[in-house]
Amino acid sequence: METAIDVTLLALLGLTGIALLRVYNLVTAAMLLAIYSLLCASLFTTLDAVDVAFTEAAVGAGVSTVLLLGTLALVGREEKRPLKRQALPLIMVVVTGAALVYGIADIPPFGAPDNPAQQHVAPVYLQESEAATGIPNVVTSVLTSYRGYDTLGEVTVIFTAAVGVLLLLATGRGRGRGPDDG
Amino acid sequence: MDDCPILRVGAKIMIPTILLFGLYVQFHGEYGPGGGFQAGVIVTSAFILYALIYGLDSTRRVIPPFVPRAAAVLGVLIFAGTGLASLLAGGRFLDYDVFAGSPQKGQHWGIFTVELGVFVAVFGVMLGVFYAFVGRGRPQ
Repeated sequence: METAIDVTLLALLGLTGIALLRVYNLVTAAMLLAIYSLLCASLFTTLDAVDVAFTEAAVGAGVSTVLLLGTLALVGREEKRPLKRQALPLIMVVVTGAALVYGIADIPPFGAPDNPAQQHVAPVYLQESEAATGIPNVVTSVLTSYRGYDTLGEVTVIFTAAVGVLLLLATGRGRGRGPDDG
Repeated sequence: MDDCPILRVGAKIMIPTILLFGLYVQFHGEYGPGGGFQAGVIVTSAFILYALIYGLDSTRRVIPPFVPRAAAVLGVLIFAGTGLASLLAGGRFLDYDVFAGSPQKGQHWGIFTVELGVFVAVFGVMLGVFYAFVGRGRPQ
């Protein structure tokens, strides 16, 4: 059953990707990207990564689609059609994809208990984190307590990204106007 | 969208539900999936839905544009401030064991504060970026 769901979702992801390549209406492309994010969120759910699925659905399918549509309102809805099809990008994508698929052979099986990733610090977290922190959800205690530094770094990264975006975009006051008035 | 009663009524039902779900994800993050990151984007999406249905100007009256910018800064300060407080209380940076008397209570309060900081920062960043994108090309 789970294999059938995985295969269906991955096939739909592939179809969405191909459809994205073939549309020139950018509003359609934005909608297809939202569908792509929603399919990714479903895949994360089948991988038991519900937190990631939440974020993907809210940010990828929700917020970023709205941002894309807001951008399209300014730049227009049609993409220019290319004069002729180029072979080099296709070859590069196929070669890279083939290399990645070849690399899968060396990856340990998904979710196997004797994987290196499951042998290192994971047993300590799973067995001792609730007693040490009083938090039943291991993801939360790892994210905020054991790896608090990393999370502080992540928050700082998105803060910095927002500062960059605001510096680029939030100045739309025209030429010759006074300083920031709010 | 003054001429779309279905959207307006639908949004009135959806927005409080989304906000409530966001708060649940925030405060239940110690037990179920979720936390500050997820709650931040969920709550922001409620306000974005409000902006889509009722217009950017009404949204700016509900949350003035300086609020998300201040929130983004405040969130990072709450997080880093928790680390500073743990230093001042005699522990290591972001070591919550020193708070509230016992390690368990300290961890509880430390994680609560840090998650709150993440929530405030993510909410501010997302809504600030949304305002910047959508407000472009129109008078402030």
